[in-house]
Amino acid sequence: MSNVPETAVDSGPGGPHGESVIEVADLVVRYGAATALQGVSFSVGPGEAVALVGPNGAGKSTLVNALSGIVRPASGTIRIRGRLAHVPEGRQLFGELSVEDNLLIGAWGRSDRDPAPVYAVLPELRGLARRKAAALSGGQQQMVAIGRALMARPDVIAVDELSLGLAPKVVTGLAAHLRALNAERGTAVLLIEQNARLAFDLCSRAYVLEAGRMVVSGACEELARSNEVARAYLGGGTGEEP
Amino acid sequence: MTQFLMFLVNGIAIGCGFALVGSGLVAVYRITGVVNFAQGMFAVVAALSATSFVALGIWHGVAELMAVLVGGFAGLATGVVAVGRRGTQPLTALLVTLAVGFLAYAIEVLVWGDQPRSLPGLDGRAALLGVPVQRQYLLVIAVTAVVFVLLWLFFARTYLGKALTACASNPYAARVVGIDVTRMAFIAFALGGVLGGVAGVLVAPLRPISFDSDVSLIVGGFAAAIFGGLTRPMMALAGGVLLGITEVMIRAYGDASYGTVGALVFLIAIMIWQSARRPTLHKEAV
Ligand SMILES: Nc1ncnc2c1ncn2[C@@H]1O[C@H](COP(=O)(O)OP(=O)(O)OP(=O)(O)O)[C@@H](O)[C@H]1O
Ligand SMILES: [Mg+2]
Repeated sequence: MSNVPETAVDSGPGGPHGESVIEVADLVVRYGAATALQGVSFSVGPGEAVALVGPNGAGKSTLVNALSGIVRPASGTIRIRGRLAHVPEGRQLFGELSVEDNLLIGAWGRSDRDPAPVYAVLPELRGLARRKAAALSGGQQQMVAIGRALMARPDVIAVDELSLGLAPKVVTGLAAHLRALNAERGTAVLLIEQNARLAFDLCSRAYVLEAGRMVVSGACEELARSNEVARAYLGGGTGEEP
Repeated sequence: MTQFLMFLVNGIAIGCGFALVGSGLVAVYRITGVVNFAQGMFAVVAALSATSFVALGIWHGVAELMAVLVGGFAGLATGVVAVGRRGTQPLTALLVTLAVGFLAYAIEVLVWGDQPRSLPGLDGRAALLGVPVQRQYLLVIAVTAVVFVLLWLFFARTYLGKALTACASNPYAARVVGIDVTRMAFIAFALGGVLGGVAGVLVAPLRPISFDSDVSLIVGGFAAAIFGGLTRPMMALAGGVLLGITEVMIRAYGDASYGTVGALVFLIAIMIWQSARRPTLHKEAV
């Protein structure tokens, strides 16, 4: 399998090296009369791990849905160099199908549907291969959802709410898998998280989305030091946590 | 006893027709969420086409296969009209299929006239366990069995079949992995057309078919499909066969005019019993 991106939506100006895998400019998305994203710009570099945090209803899921082509933007540009795979909010597995079939469907449109590389990254899935997806625990389902996304051999994986509804210990395991994927395979990660501490820990850069606008961005370390962000997303920055 | 067995085979054969129409309804409903009221029309169009192909001198077998393909095209065309526009609600699409069914009446009358036409099938009787049964009944049962095995293999074993199940299971996730759900809906409608077509060419030798025969076919098919909650082909087979047997038995041993009604009442009773018995715990978790 070559690593040459097959589905560059727009190759854009400049050479292939050091170009962002995701580049979004002035993105506007509306649901009827309501505007969910009002002029959002951001980028993810190759092999980079970027966090996207923000309160409920900020538009985070809308942003990823726009990236994977499920919602159509009203205006703005989205450039994806290479392949983007999407781990949707709430797992969204094919409940009637087995775990392995869920993985195979993740390779839709590809001739290479061998799940072995995904089992290598997520060994726990091998033992679950024959189980029906609907009958798995939340953590197992999240792992299948990540595995299904990896079947597309993505250059960047967008994970919407990794920790949603999962026990801390399960989340730690999943986060380790993502970290390894990023560090060892160079897969870029866009991580959407309610748990900003986890996101900042896993990623090098972060954006804060509020009410459809990017309000802050920067290196995670600096954001964690900023009082404003820390208070809003890390459970208090000045004093003790409640 | 001999007579009972004859009625039984007769009932199973009639039920197979319902089951085939029902499985077409299931194929479309599972994947698109649309109750396709044009399903009976596919059977009628295929049956009438078969009579024309035979009249043109095309060999039996080939003529029926071609007619089944016509059914498939009718299904595809219905699908394009009903769900071709992205974001069409299932209820809107249901109304569209109803409209397509009526529009098809006009076309059918134009092409084939309004008189019933019959299709010659297998003649004569064969001895089954010493009981003479019409060979066409046996053909209907055998073909239906093969079709349902193929249907099962298609959904359980092929990649396209699994992708269709994926669309049925979670259309949003199907789009997430890049499946064109609309195109899959077209495939489902075409499959529905083929299944309806098979029903049509099998049933036509048993009873003359006219443009409005779709009503009786869809009532039986719908009852069969509902038996499996509109989502399980094998339950549609069971429901169809049960319906067919009940209908024939009521006609044979009871009052002929209550055949269909009695069968439907019986089926509803079974469904009520089923739903009372089955715990409702197992809703889809994903
Ligand atoms: N399909 C939809 N139709 C109409 N409005 C929608 C739809 N999806 C989202 N919205 C609205 O768009 C806004 C952004 O929603 P979105 O789901 O993107 O937020 P989010 O940041 O992912 O929130 P959460 O943290 O709760 O997942 C919200 O006001 C939401 O109500
Ligand atoms: Mg969200």
